[in-house]
Amino acid sequence: MKKPVIEFQNYTFQYRSQATPTLHDINLTIYEGESVLILGQSGSGKSTLGHCINGLIPFSYKGKVSGSLKINGKETKDMDIFSISKLVGTVLQDPDGQFIGLTVGEDIAFALENEGLALRDMHDAVDKAARTVGIENKLSAHVHELSGGQKQKVSLAGVMVDHTGILLFDEPLANLDPATGKQAIQLISDIRKKANVTVIIIEHRLEDVLAEKIDRVIVMDEGNMISDCTPDELLSSSVLETCHIREPLYVKAAKYAGCRITPEMHPAHLDTFQLSRCKDALLNWYKHAKKPVARIETEPVLEIHHLSFSYKPGQPVLKNLSFTIQKGEMVSIVGKNGAGKSTLSRLICGFEQPSSGKIFYKGKDVTNDTIKERSLRIGMVMQNPNQMISKHMIFDEIALGLANRGIAPEEIKKRTENAMRLCGLYPFRNWPVSALSFGQKKRVTIASILVLEPDILILDEPTAGQDYMHYHEIMEFLVELNKKGITILFITHDMHLMLEYTPRAIVLADGEKIADGSAAGILTHPDIIRRANLKETSLYALANRLHLNPESFTERFITYERGLETNGNRNAVLY
Amino acid sequence: MATEMLSYIERKSPVHELTGATKLILFLMWSFAAMLTYDTRVLLFLFLLSLVIFYISRIKIREVLFILLFILAFLLLNNIAIYIFSPGQGVKIYGTSHVLFSIAGRYNITWEQLFYQFNITLKYFTVIPAALLFIVTTHPSEFAASLNKIGISYRISFAVALALRYIPDIQRDFHNIALSQQARGLDMSRKEKLPKRIKNAATILIPLILSSLDKIETISNAMELRGFGKNKKRTWYSARPFQLKDYATMAVFLAILVASLLVTFHDGSRFYNPFLGHASVGFLIKAWFGVLFQ
Repeated sequence: MKKPVIEFQNYTFQYRSQATPTLHDINLTIYEGESVLILGQSGSGKSTLGHCINGLIPFSYKGKVSGSLKINGKETKDMDIFSISKLVGTVLQDPDGQFIGLTVGEDIAFALENEGLALRDMHDAVDKAARTVGIENKLSAHVHELSGGQKQKVSLAGVMVDHTGILLFDEPLANLDPATGKQAIQLISDIRKKANVTVIIIEHRLEDVLAEKIDRVIVMDEGNMISDCTPDELLSSSVLETCHIREPLYVKAAKYAGCRITPEMHPAHLDTFQLSRCKDALLNWYKHAKKPVARIETEPVLEIHHLSFSYKPGQPVLKNLSFTIQKGEMVSIVGKNGAGKSTLSRLICGFEQPSSGKIFYKGKDVTNDTIKERSLRIGMVMQNPNQMISKHMIFDEIALGLANRGIAPEEIKKRTENAMRLCGLYPFRNWPVSALSFGQKKRVTIASILVLEPDILILDEPTAGQDYMHYHEIMEFLVELNKKGITILFITHDMHLMLEYTPRAIVLADGEKIADGSAAGILTHPDIIRRANLKETSLYALANRLHLNPESFTERFITYERGLETNGNRNAVLY
Repeated sequence: MATEMLSYIERKSPVHELTGATKLILFLMWSFAAMLTYDTRVLLFLFLLSLVIFYISRIKIREVLFILLFILAFLLLNNIAIYIFSPGQGVKIYGTSHVLFSIAGRYNITWEQLFYQFNITLKYFTVIPAALLFIVTTHPSEFAASLNKIGISYRISFAVALALRYIPDIQRDFHNIALSQQARGLDMSRKEKLPKRIKNAATILIPLILSSLDKIETISNAMELRGFGKNKKRTWYSARPFQLKDYATMAVFLAILVASLLVTFHDGSRFYNPFLGHASVGFLIKAWFGVLFQ
């Protein structure tokens, strides 16, 4: 008989500031050594469930608890957050934000320092934990100098060092590029085997987590547990469609081809997926699926000529970069962290001056124009809306750029209301910004740029930290804007965004352009994928198994999917 | 670069090699000596010594120039305020009045007042290099540990260390927010009038505060989940034990402190008075100031 380590019984939780419970009547048992994925979109209650397990609820976030939650047989209500933290180790999302120590060793040691462990024992324990995750030769390095993958290792070691039997990962894949995300999931799986711990992962990126073995998937929706089964069973059911979770692409392809997925086909991994029964259907679908329409060349709106830039002499961030963006295009600029993507956007907006090279806007040299002059043509939306919003009321926030330019009040009102209608914010025109959700704030920031009527919009990671539904809505909204003639550039490492929404992608690695072409094509080049920290999609592997051309298979899949979108399968405009 | 002000500057120097706790104790003794004395001879000695230590530390003036100018601006403000509120303080202390020229009412310029404010300025000059050195030569990891070692609660020590550590982050955020606001037409340059510029700067502060609050929530959760605040005491991974050179330096500084106090208080007054009895010295000082103000 397996030993239960976490037992929820009729557990209900209501935050003090909320009118209704966030978790309803949860009954869930997790057994020793299991690996469990808690799946759900934002607001589904999955993070709240995680907070209950690690003790932040009810000890840091106050609220009303009913029912029982036992960890290792002990009722959590009678414990405190410190004794729970000895049982459950938590790795939060965003490794940068949770680093407490300045160096790797110090950060790993943090829990032991709080225990008051003697210096020598502490150093031994830190060395051991660092060896387990493979970061032992970086102990004196500064955490902020590490790569994304190394940061993950450090946060994991910082939890491992305390020998907790349960490891809880709160959205471990958020903010990681695709290749690093893949490594992170592998690392979690390795640790589970090595240290024999129970692993709980909270995520909404199902396909990426399923890359390693998951015993059970719990699906949360609106505070309720709506499913508790194996990944194979889950993918064979219709649960995912109802709660806006992205299915693995290969499963979707099979469904588009008209196959019925059953647990016996083992759909949880592409490698184990039994294709025999749906092979013909897939080949047939491929034969009849529409090919993408080739783009028509328009006039160039933005030209980058031999652009170079460095913050410090001798350390170039961008090297001799050239490309041309046509009017009305949607283009992704991809590459791993530090490849120069953000620097490029800052140069285009005039935040920094290039060391050499020129920038042309509609054939005119704008290299020496000021930020203010350029902002009328090129608008930039930052990743974190909280870094842009400075007014209390939505209307004032959107109107700010116009007011700064001394435009007449009637004109401001007209243009601001137009921008609000365009962004679906008009019903909220008299609301304070603080009443909006993260995604809505994002729209406010987009509207506050659009009101200046730029021809080019640059968005820095527009979908970071958002679940599938919100991702989908923001991107569809941007497609609508694009159709109205606005050229859009995305700075991103979201491969889905690149594949599904931007026909063209420019890949940067170490400050150089290493590829410029169709997104589907780029994702079939192993060398580019490796240098830019991307990951090949499961469509690529599926096409290979079917002996089809991966690039055209991927393109047809995307074209087919976009066809579904335009046939009225869209979500509501507002959320 | 301004983004690096008040952060640790990595160098190989005898000052860097001392443990953080030693440097903190030295700094406290130093400030104690400089605070208590108004004796010009002692202050001049300490000031010259601090220049020597600064040189030994291999920190360059331009690396701390921004913060130095900032403090000097305040020093000037302080001097003006002292004069406005008590123009006769020098006369009261030194007991004589050598009027140089008068402005209006009680606002005249005396040698005594000038000498008094010269001493105050010298006190600043004695403490500032020491304070800057302590901050830029103490590894931030050791910072909290050293505060804790001299008996400050580890929670407060940690709060101070974290605050210092986040300064570069906040500066970077500020820079980004300022740029994005400028892209929306906000004018921060000298072309705009001062009241408007101050108002414009406020529009940057709000997003800065909001995004900093997000950071605080994350870090405090992370700390709590790893047991911070559980026990009355905690240990420090980066703490270094005292070595011979730490004890030796502390002994030397203690000697300096005692000597400076002896010199200061041996005649029962904290002030060194060149105007009374020591006519020749007083004359010298007058002559010196005379050259300065010609």
